[in-house]
Amino acid sequence: MTTVTDVLEVPARRVGVLRRPKATTGFWSWFTTVDHKKIAIMYATTALAFFVIGGVEALLLRVQLYGANGTLLTASQYNELFTMHGTTMVFLMGMPLAVAFGNYLIPLMIGARDVAFPRLNAFGYWGFLMGGIFLYSSFLLGGSAPNGGWFGYTPLTSTGLDRGFLPGHGPDFWVVGLVMLGIASTTGAINFIVTIINMRAPGMTLMRMPVFVWMMFVVAFLTLFAMPIVTAALIMVYFDRNFATNFFVAANGGEPLLYQHLFWLFGHPEVYILILPGMGIVSEILPVFSRKPLFGYAVVVFSGIAIGFMGWGVWVHHMFATGLGPVAISAFALSTMIIAVPTGVKIFNWLATTWRGALRLTTPMLFALGFIAMFTLGGLSGVLHSIVPADTQQTDTYFVVAHFHYVLFGGLVFGLFGGFYYWFPKLYARKLDERLGKLNFWTIMIGFNLTFFPMHFVGLLGMPRRTYRYDSGLGWEGMNQIETIGSFVIAFSVLIFFVNVFYSKTRGEAVGPDPWDGRTLEWTIPSPPPEYNFEEIPEVESIDDFWHRKYTEDEQGRLVRLPSGGAVAVEERTGDGHGDGHGEGHGEGHGIHMPSPSYFPLVVAIGLPIMGYAAVFQMWWLAAVGALPVLYGSYAWAIEPQTEPET
Amino acid sequence: MIGRGGLRHHTPRLKRRAALALLLGSTLLLAACSDAQENGQNPFNAEGPAAEKINDLFIPVIVVAGVVAVLVLGAVLLIAFRFRYREGKNENPKQIHGSTPLEIGWTIAPAVLLAVIAVPTIITIFDLAEAPAGENVLEVEVVGKQWWWEFNYREQPQVRSTVVTANELVIPTGEPVRLQLTACSDSLPGECNVIHSFWVPELAGKLDVVPGRDNATTIEADHPGTYLGQCAEYCGLSHANMRFRVIAKAPAEFAQWVREQQRGPAVPFQEGPEGEEEPAGPAQDLVINTYQCTNCHTFDQSDVVSYGPNLTHLASRTTFASGYYELTRDNLVDWVLDAPSLIPMESKVCREVGTPAVDNDCVGMPSFTKDTPEGEPVMTRDQAEQIADYLLALR
Repeated sequence: MTTVTDVLEVPARRVGVLRRPKATTGFWSWFTTVDHKKIAIMYATTALAFFVIGGVEALLLRVQLYGANGTLLTASQYNELFTMHGTTMVFLMGMPLAVAFGNYLIPLMIGARDVAFPRLNAFGYWGFLMGGIFLYSSFLLGGSAPNGGWFGYTPLTSTGLDRGFLPGHGPDFWVVGLVMLGIASTTGAINFIVTIINMRAPGMTLMRMPVFVWMMFVVAFLTLFAMPIVTAALIMVYFDRNFATNFFVAANGGEPLLYQHLFWLFGHPEVYILILPGMGIVSEILPVFSRKPLFGYAVVVFSGIAIGFMGWGVWVHHMFATGLGPVAISAFALSTMIIAVPTGVKIFNWLATTWRGALRLTTPMLFALGFIAMFTLGGLSGVLHSIVPADTQQTDTYFVVAHFHYVLFGGLVFGLFGGFYYWFPKLYARKLDERLGKLNFWTIMIGFNLTFFPMHFVGLLGMPRRTYRYDSGLGWEGMNQIETIGSFVIAFSVLIFFVNVFYSKTRGEAVGPDPWDGRTLEWTIPSPPPEYNFEEIPEVESIDDFWHRKYTEDEQGRLVRLPSGGAVAVEERTGDGHGDGHGEGHGEGHGIHMPSPSYFPLVVAIGLPIMGYAAVFQMWWLAAVGALPVLYGSYAWAIEPQTEPET
Repeated sequence: MIGRGGLRHHTPRLKRRAALALLLGSTLLLAACSDAQENGQNPFNAEGPAAEKINDLFIPVIVVAGVVAVLVLGAVLLIAFRFRYREGKNENPKQIHGSTPLEIGWTIAPAVLLAVIAVPTIITIFDLAEAPAGENVLEVEVVGKQWWWEFNYREQPQVRSTVVTANELVIPTGEPVRLQLTACSDSLPGECNVIHSFWVPELAGKLDVVPGRDNATTIEADHPGTYLGQCAEYCGLSHANMRFRVIAKAPAEFAQWVREQQRGPAVPFQEGPEGEEEPAGPAQDLVINTYQCTNCHTFDQSDVVSYGPNLTHLASRTTFASGYYELTRDNLVDWVLDAPSLIPMESKVCREVGTPAVDNDCVGMPSFTKDTPEGEPVMTRDQAEQIADYLLALR
């Protein structure tokens, strides 16, 4: 298996190209790094910042809804905030945070030294950052932030500015910003796919890959195929708004529902893009803390793949009230029911994994168990949507808000938190503090349920979504108050998490490379991993290869620790077991050639928002300005030398 | 703020109440819901056949879902307590890698359960999609506008000449009413509004009002009463305020209401021979000339559609402003003076553009005290009171 480390001959310096940067440490190295681990940290940091921003937006929405006829926000502010809350949490928090985990872990878990396209990886991050900043700049530059909802239905969003239903440039920023983010996530998806297909260590067959890698593999394909659909839809919206095309103008023969079909044909796979990484993380955590293998590995993997396929066939359940007729509606009701089956299988397999295990209820495990419980509730309320006649009562009410927060918060976010607690020691050779972690878990569990459980009921009692005020006397007030209080409990819990991160990074319990008695390859290398990850590319003989180097089973199938198993081998390989991270300390690390840093991913990405502003304000000269860094960066990217020659 | 005097007391059926109680497991939430029994926007309080069929289908399913939820959550808790790591006791558990029979079992069991649920679901989908049979089904065209509803009773056996009204859909009890939902109004030829969704939770599920699509739904009210409705698809700035109500009357009273709506204006609007009409009084002069309310509203013909609500029989309604405000003199005066301060609207330029249909930057009713264009008068409270008194006389 060839890797990037097979250094080609260094070509001679070319004229016109910047020198290739060398520094791999220090502040400026972050701008040029192509190390998947550093890029992952940047993804995570940025996505967490957007998590906080989206969270603050949610708090404002909740304060507004604390009582009937709230007056904190105006109608237009409320509409901007719920639009940006949804857009942020999906595109700027959920997806990039999952990508952060994938970026850090996929190479480590498959025994690779980097991803397939390190510079494309960096570009994906910078594109995401630029897209996020671009979207948020609309608050200052657009006259209005995006205010058409995260789904941006036409013709509300697509009607031209001169006679628009939504004043301001908000929808333009939204359309262009999402296209930009789509470019970034598509490059990320391609990178993951190629990495997983081509760069697995010897013996790491597909059916020996950790479930998290499998799920990210599925997610990458979903992203690759879903993003073009929404991009096409968004470009149509842009053309309708700005160039008076009639894609969605009914009076001129267009079809408003075309947009909904396209959006949800993207949007439903998007749900699985968000939740499958969480499922993958949980599938890693549960076996480790149960000291049992994942129950039915193949079934869990194939369920994930099945969900990925079926996810393309259920989009109309977002459109049950649009009047598509009973035949179409029935077909999608059935497909929606069927997709619950592989999802249910996963839940049962997770439970079976823990059954008769030896459960260490550490924070990662608590989050994983919390995930199972909360995601189950979200899955069940999701199945209720397939009862179409009932869905025509519940759609666009708070029942749906409750449902998808149970899936995406109780599912994805719980999974991600579990992942943070689980893999933090790999990054910093210290554990996140367990007491703060348990406080974090229990407060978020309580806050989450206070916030979102009552939403089921207000929704069932007829409270519509996306409304900035509601009347008293409809039986909704008490529950809305509970929800608002709950949202602040969540905020408190998230604050604890950040305190924990900052505290534990320097003062947490110092641990070795394998603090949890792990099963997968990332635990065989030092913490933090050296830039090249693996001194020697490991050879893999089974699923949970590392585990089987440490343990075997007796005749009754009970766990038996090998007297001088792989753990010892790790100690030998990593010296003191704390690994100082960089090759210089180890003679072995020397001579492993890693891809050099590069300026150009950032240069190309900087051009994107400039062209974005040009598109929003129709300043075509500015598009030319933005095209310069893109073209120059791409050219230089293509021809820059592999590495700066040693001088 | 909202007039709720017209709402009747419901007598919740025992079955539904029991199911609801089961659904609302926690006592806390049960307490919060008990007063919700009497609201007018509660789908569980079904008052028409469509809503009843939905509940008959949904409540057993939600009970099943609740049981599954309890079982899974119970299993998680049980596992967390029972199989905790105990030093020296269970630290080396038996390694179970899977079990094909079990996995086949828990693939098939949910599939069978869902198949059982699918049958009544699909039957109900087709049942509810069926248009009511019979020759004398009342048809009403429902037009979603920003941010109010127009109800257009076209000529048909029960309604011999067209009646146009706004925000209060009056129907006869005990018979199905077919609603044709459209976002494209006769008042703006060639123009369509955005997507709205027509929803009266106690009578039926919602159906979107989609430009270019002929969506139709059926509602029927078992008893006379007022049923709250709400636009359920996000439609821009004042989506939250886009409410309405369905008022069900006994058939004889409904016929009486139709007759009243078909009369000419209760107060003369204009005088003089054809071609050179004059305002019939000072209030009409304000409405026609000074503030040009007639650019958007109709005051003297109950059978025409206009950009704004038809006001010919405004005083026969209980609410105004998309069903948001009770029709009182005080509310009306405030509204006439400065409507955007009561319901947010994108109407800053409405007084400048004249006929708003031409320019969508003007959505809704302008303020007559703020953002006054040069050369236009600012409305005084006295004038507003005159207009309000005139409007309240339009029975």
